[in-house]
Amino acid sequence: MDYKDYYKIMGVERGASQDEIRRAYKKLARKYHPDVSKEADAEVRFKEVGEAYEVLKDPEKRAAYDQLGANWQAGQDFHPPPDWDTGFEFHGGGAGGASDFSDFFDSLFGQQFGSGSARRGRSQAEFRQRGEDHHAKVKIDLEDAYQGATRSISLRAPELDNTGHVVTKQRTLKVKIPKGVKQGQRIRLAGQGSPGMGGAPAGDLYLEIEFNPHSIYRVDGRDVYLDLPVTPWEAALGATVKVPTPNGPVDLKIAPNTRGGGKLRLKGRGIPAASPGDLYVVPQITLPPSDSEAAKELYRKMEQELKYNPRSHLGV
Amino acid sequence: MKQTILNGILIDEQTELSVDELSRMCSSSIEYIIELVEEGVLEPVTDHVPSQWRFPASSLQRARTASRLQHDLEINLAGVALALDLLDEIETLEARLHRGERSDNH
Repeated sequence: MDYKDYYKIMGVERGASQDEIRRAYKKLARKYHPDVSKEADAEVRFKEVGEAYEVLKDPEKRAAYDQLGANWQAGQDFHPPPDWDTGFEFHGGGAGGASDFSDFFDSLFGQQFGSGSARRGRSQAEFRQRGEDHHAKVKIDLEDAYQGATRSISLRAPELDNTGHVVTKQRTLKVKIPKGVKQGQRIRLAGQGSPGMGGAPAGDLYLEIEFNPHSIYRVDGRDVYLDLPVTPWEAALGATVKVPTPNGPVDLKIAPNTRGGGKLRLKGRGIPAASPGDLYVVPQITLPPSDSEAAKELYRKMEQELKYNPRSHLGV
Repeated sequence: MKQTILNGILIDEQTELSVDELSRMCSSSIEYIIELVEEGVLEPVTDHVPSQWRFPASSLQRARTASRLQHDLEINLAGVALALDLLDEIETLEARLHRGERSDNH
């Protein structure tokens, strides 16, 4: 398992005061909060920072961590020395989430958290309580939203084993993604959450739909956008051109004098639904390169014969 | 081993949630949902007593984000409401950017 440098993660010196650590945490938590942050690895960073703070904010855990020494490098292979935690006393209070932390964290502090949860677990066992709902994300391609799909999803969820320790269990579910889903929608899978206690029903599993970025389409709700390169003569004279759609190519009529950057709407060819989205084709006029004498000659001819000033409305 | 394919229920625009369902789905108390309504973070489609409230499905995402922000960043409800409004605005602007619109188109 890899050693984690909690001070480096927090961007503070090893000698930092508790106040400095708290301020560093607040700043980083705002920066990497997955609901706010635009950073690609926000979720990972947020968890990492949360784990570092969990240790450094607590003088007991911090002292125990410091005693491992300052000579470790982040990522270095790490095994806790035997009896490393003798002489330290930990108070429980790992308010959930302990299983979200790294193996490194669990190897140092996991035992204490585990026994804490086990106690909580046992005291609840006498009650009838519905199992907790779980939430997870599922990534699909745009085409899956058009046609529907079946996805295998691997989920890792913390569970208490029969000795009362928190273990991470992996399970795989095959789920049907209905046609017509859009970004951010959820699918409810009844009874696939945590098991209930005392004979109460299990919780549900909610899958949030997220689209993989597409190489040619952009998605906005149920509307889909496509940049379509066209030649100057197609735009000027009008033409019928082949256009890809997630349901296969169609023929699109381009009107004479079409401007670049405008939107051509293909009604109902967005993501299907009771009220389906539209597909917007955005023509992008591309110039043929003037890489031959013949091409240059044609451009010169246009220059002489068209007398076109695209900047007239700028007053020059 | 052949695996069964699970069929879920899609929570779409037609789905409306009661205050009970919403509180359960975002693992928070009914009181918390009422607080979010009073702060204007959530808007029930029917404005009667809380037991008759119906929420649009989009409230689920909003309530979950609100409770995460409040818990993780230790901000109060007014701060959460402000953050959510700003996040909405960013999303609207990004969607326009995404569609290639210019800001003077409107």
